[in-house]
Amino acid sequence: MSTTLLVVQVLNGLQLGVLLFLIAAGLTLVFGVMDFINLAHGVQYMLGAYLAVAFYGLTDSFVLALVLALAAALAFGLLLEAAVFRHLYGRDHLDHVIATFGIILFLNAAVKYVWGAAPLSLPVPEALTGSVALAPGILYPVWRLVIIGSGLAVAALLWVLVSRTRMGMLVRAGATNPEMVSALGVDIRRLFTLVFGFGAMLAGFAGIMIAPILSVEPGMGDTILILAFVVIVIGGIGSIRGAFVAALLIGLVDTLGRSFAVDVLRLFMSSSTARTVGPALASMLIYLLMAVVLYVRPTGLFPAKGR
Amino acid sequence: MTQAVGPVEAAPRTRRSRAAVALPLVLFAALALLPLVTAALSAGYMLDLFVRVMIFAIAALSVDLLIGYAALVTFGQAAFVGLGAYAVGMLGAHEITDLTIALPVALLASGLFALVTGLVCLRTKGVYFIMITLAFGQMAFFTASSLAPYGGDDGLTVHERSTLFGVAVLDRPVVFYYVVLAALLAVYLTCRTLIASRFGRVLRGAKDNALRMTTLGFQVYRFQLVAYVIAGMIAGLAGVLLANATEFVSPAYMSWQRSGELIIMVLLGGLGTLHGAVLGAIAFLLLEEWLATLTEHWKMIFGPLLVLVVVFVRGGLIGIGTALAGAVSRRLRRG
Amino acid sequence: MAEPVLALEGLRKQFGGLVVTDQVTLSVAPGELHAVIGPNGAGKTTLINQISGVLPSDSGRILFAGHDITRLPPHERARRGLARTFQITSVLPAFSALENVAVAVQAHAGSSYRFVGDAAAEPALNGPALAALEEVGLAERADVPAGHLSHGEKRALELAMALVTEPKLLLLDEPMAGTGREETARLIAVLRRLKGRFAMMLVEHDMTAVFALADHISVLIYGRILLSGKPDEVREDPQVVAAYLGDEIEFER
Repeated sequence: MSTTLLVVQVLNGLQLGVLLFLIAAGLTLVFGVMDFINLAHGVQYMLGAYLAVAFYGLTDSFVLALVLALAAALAFGLLLEAAVFRHLYGRDHLDHVIATFGIILFLNAAVKYVWGAAPLSLPVPEALTGSVALAPGILYPVWRLVIIGSGLAVAALLWVLVSRTRMGMLVRAGATNPEMVSALGVDIRRLFTLVFGFGAMLAGFAGIMIAPILSVEPGMGDTILILAFVVIVIGGIGSIRGAFVAALLIGLVDTLGRSFAVDVLRLFMSSSTARTVGPALASMLIYLLMAVVLYVRPTGLFPAKGR
Repeated sequence: MTQAVGPVEAAPRTRRSRAAVALPLVLFAALALLPLVTAALSAGYMLDLFVRVMIFAIAALSVDLLIGYAALVTFGQAAFVGLGAYAVGMLGAHEITDLTIALPVALLASGLFALVTGLVCLRTKGVYFIMITLAFGQMAFFTASSLAPYGGDDGLTVHERSTLFGVAVLDRPVVFYYVVLAALLAVYLTCRTLIASRFGRVLRGAKDNALRMTTLGFQVYRFQLVAYVIAGMIAGLAGVLLANATEFVSPAYMSWQRSGELIIMVLLGGLGTLHGAVLGAIAFLLLEEWLATLTEHWKMIFGPLLVLVVVFVRGGLIGIGTALAGAVSRRLRRG
Repeated sequence: MAEPVLALEGLRKQFGGLVVTDQVTLSVAPGELHAVIGPNGAGKTTLINQISGVLPSDSGRILFAGHDITRLPPHERARRGLARTFQITSVLPAFSALENVAVAVQAHAGSSYRFVGDAAAEPALNGPALAALEEVGLAERADVPAGHLSHGEKRALELAMALVTEPKLLLLDEPMAGTGREETARLIAVLRRLKGRFAMMLVEHDMTAVFALADHISVLIYGRILLSGKPDEVREDPQVVAAYLGDEIEFER
């Protein structure tokens, strides 16, 4: 394996990690603050991508599409919260699972109905196409760097919001001790709605940013949702910091595992066996990582709640 | 005080038992008679449909055992179904088709996977448990998808149905139907027995108040692990039958949507009743079949239906189910 | 005197800088009902937790039936015959009263990996369970789900669950807490009936109950034993009256 390939794959891993963080951040907050399992978080990511494609079709401008899609994703998140989720807080987790599962079925079918089953694509903004030479001989697509950069920027923004603002303080307190927050006289419902809408918007943002390099298709949110679950379970439910660390960890382990599993295995076994076992092992890697982490720390790396 | 001594052992059970005995009896009798009806109507597709229904009912029973009786909300049960199916498919690819080998291999594989993943999953609780079972299910899914020699993403055709001691008994649809029915009945009775046993009582107790059971001296974790392995093997059995029914094996059998559907079946029929899982499988698959004839986009109807059921009928259709069962049992008692 | 069932020797527990129990030395004779009284925060519940093994002790020894159990885990102590009830009632709400006790019988019999046979119809489990219910006066409520029992009845049920484990010593952590006057009287009657079958250590605020039941009383104040003696000696000790009973009387006025 060459250094060039390694650098490129590390960057790819970072890019996946950043993407996962954008999705996991909303998920872990909704869990932490509302004790609510939102399986439909993945379809909000998908919806972000579709909205971006649709608005780009209308406006022919990526920036406008981004802004409009973000606003629409936020609006849709708030709508879902008001129409469905609000009625389910405090209910059994099983109810959350089934209701949000129903939303997934609906939205996956609905995008297929509206936009068709065929994959769509969104062009990379003109100014950000092409590649940049990071070092002599190492070319890397600009757009992927933009994803990494904007993801890190969002992470920094979140960190400021959560650790420096009154709202953030309430969110943190809510994740540790929701009873206390309502006892303080804070309108916990409004806090929930806000957190929820913000989380939906972040997931939508991830979908918009990834649309230029992935095909936009029904069901694209399902796979990423499970990865996001793995991330927040490893990081510790309710912990933004945990989500960040775990997202980068998962992004790197998964990407590097897939790129190098066969090569590494070749050191121990015949080429053909390595080619068979490698991909299977690579796809198991993050789950094995999760198993190990949870075996040692059943509440994840940075548990937010004292339970 | 003395008057309670005699009847007390049976008393708490009789009230529940009327519905719990009558309903499954009616259900299994109907399933046993179905081939006569389909033969009379020459509706062979009905037979196939109900084979599928019964196979999913077996898998749903394993889910009810975990969620309904042990409070273990598993979201990865489809993985075990897939493991059972892949055992048949992969052995078939090496021309081993006899059930005397395929069945033990399938049960062993699903049991072992349950044991290993259960060791980790059961250390966690609540939300964590749901998500970890989900993640392990996905792990199985992606692993199956990357098994290039066995079809990878595309899955694997099962060229001939399993044989028993070299005889191709499953090839006749009616025989296959009754084999699946027998398996369903066997699993149902096994679960019934298990739940009523001392072991099952510990499980139910831990569902009710795990801390109390621990202070009584039970190591709850071990009991749950055993239940998890048993449920995994039951789902594995469903997988063996599924591979034979569809004559095809696919990673899609293991997808998390499948696991979700199994949970929905159990909730639709009534959680913690066992026959509810069978009823739920029938209701779910028939509803799916019917909606699919209306529109290609039937999930746009089905999804909101689920949401409405959860939001407005608290605890799903269970309430309606028990009310109906109560009415039936009252009528039976009167008549 | 026979060898004590329980002997505490210089037991101590501290949380950070706060010493909760200190130099606690006392012994409980077989069949004796030993009450531990003291104002709130005196360390009574901590002491119970130390004895039952929920909390490790910082120093001192716990001898149970002559054996040092200071370092044993709770379930191991339970297995040797040390049973307890909790300050907050803990039963299996969905199970009938009978089944609650039957589960305890099952736990004690130690054979729960049985996968066939209807546990609810097993005379070997139901017999002792029903007998225990009868002893605590709950036989008529055997079929009622435990969640539907009154608070006092739940207390009695917990007692029945402890009984079937055939304890050598039963630790009772404020059994009268939260029960009404009538229920308290019933519980006192039940405990009086059980007295002598095994030793009991009773932590309780209700002085009526304590003086009605106790053979021996230890007064715990600020984590230390102030005095240990017969009920009459304790009642008349000026120190106790001043430090504790006096407060109580004043409080009741």
